[in-house]
Amino acid sequence: MQKRKIFDNRLLQITLERLCYEVIEEFDEFENTVILGLQPKGIFLAERIKQNLNRILQKDISLGYLDPTFHRDDFRKKDSPLRPNQTFVPFLLEDKKVLLIDDVLYTGRTVRAALDAMITFGRPAKVKLLVLINRKYSRDIPIQPDYVGMEVNCMQHEKVLVELKEQNAESDNIWIITKEEN
Amino acid sequence: MQKKLSVRHLLGIKNITTDDIELILDTASSFKEVINRPIKKVPSLRDITIANIFFENSTRTRLSFELAEKRLSADVINFSASGSSVKKGETLLDTVNNILAMKVDMVVMRHSSVGAPHFLSRHVKAHIINAGDGTHEHPTQALLDAFSIKEKFGTIAGKKVCIFGDILHSRVALSNIFCLQKLGAEVMVCGPPTLLPRYIKDLDVKVETNLNKALQWCDVANVLRIQLERQTIKYFPTLREYALYYGINRSRLEHLDKEILIMHPGPINRGIELSSDVADSKHSIILDQVENGVAIRMAVLYLLAGMP
Repeated sequence: MQKRKIFDNRLLQITLERLCYEVIEEFDEFENTVILGLQPKGIFLAERIKQNLNRILQKDISLGYLDPTFHRDDFRKKDSPLRPNQTFVPFLLEDKKVLLIDDVLYTGRTVRAALDAMITFGRPAKVKLLVLINRKYSRDIPIQPDYVGMEVNCMQHEKVLVELKEQNAESDNIWIITKEEN
Repeated sequence: MQKKLSVRHLLGIKNITTDDIELILDTASSFKEVINRPIKKVPSLRDITIANIFFENSTRTRLSFELAEKRLSADVINFSASGSSVKKGETLLDTVNNILAMKVDMVVMRHSSVGAPHFLSRHVKAHIINAGDGTHEHPTQALLDAFSIKEKFGTIAGKKVCIFGDILHSRVALSNIFCLQKLGAEVMVCGPPTLLPRYIKDLDVKVETNLNKALQWCDVANVLRIQLERQTIKYFPTLREYALYYGINRSRLEHLDKEILIMHPGPINRGIELSSDVADSKHSIILDQVENGVAIRMAVLYLLAGMP
């Protein structure tokens, strides 16, 4: 098994800071705008981006956690039922602008499920997608991100491993792991 | 924690594991969040057809199951024995096989005979959920009761739960005893001696016939309905006398030196086993139980549908 590091602590901070300014370009003062982090790992990035935006804009931006499990299309395609995570959306999305945040965009199926889960909280005015890592050429369905931390070209047998301090990792590291082919 | 149930059917609490119970309670808390959304529906079971087969009367359980199924986007057909071919002499297995021939994936069944869902589970391919079989088990009620207690106290282990009233005819009592014991609670039953099953002590529960002593002992009082329709002989002289000795009312609770949680699976005989001022008081979580019932049934349906 080979491991190649693509993000360390410092690069992650710089990238998140850059993404924050990119979204401010679009959302300006974040009026009527909310952030939704996708479970399980997108919520940690969403928390960090919220903290950055709070600092830059000097205001408190609403954040929710969205779990797409019940809207997935691969339920019962696996051996055991998918385990849900907590959804915590303490506001309505009706006519709001929404910034969806996830760690890795791969097949696009999670985001598709998340878009379905999202509209159960109302009809948003506009939705944008921010991902830290965009795995190119791997989409099953036509979903593309609006803001990207890093684009990577990976083969199918390669995996992106995200380790964050919030999950009790020693420091933030993101790796591309290549399994030995037999 | 384990990822899937150890069973293909939910026939009773007795034959599922503690891990199964915890998986169901855990999944139910996700569904409780779903049913409090503006749009209370998820598409998880949209390719599943469920038959609700009720050979016995029911309001809460049938509505609760039907709502849970619809909240999961399943297709639902309802069948009740009155007004059906059962009256023309069709057997249970024939009735169910005819329903299954219409491509039904799951069956929720209530039946007056003990073991009817167990019998069915041996003969049909569909997942079977027991919604009450005679005086035997009513697993989803026990699960929602456990969920409601856990919601209030954070845990069930070590809590003292007393089940009051007609234990002899109650499937809720038996399922509750199994469920609470598996989760580590201490269980007592309290009622007139005629309404306590003879071998109840073999289940490792405390037995008490004095209502005040039992109330003083417990943290949670789960009060059962006097099931007049199942009582073929007289078990107590009059309802008035039962209410006098075994009815829980405000003055009895005020005499305790602590506050206890009041539960009832419904329907309540107001003024008999429970007075209105207690049933509607802040100590009562009877309506929370009803809300949690939908979440628990969604969890059970979701987890069973995920089994091969």
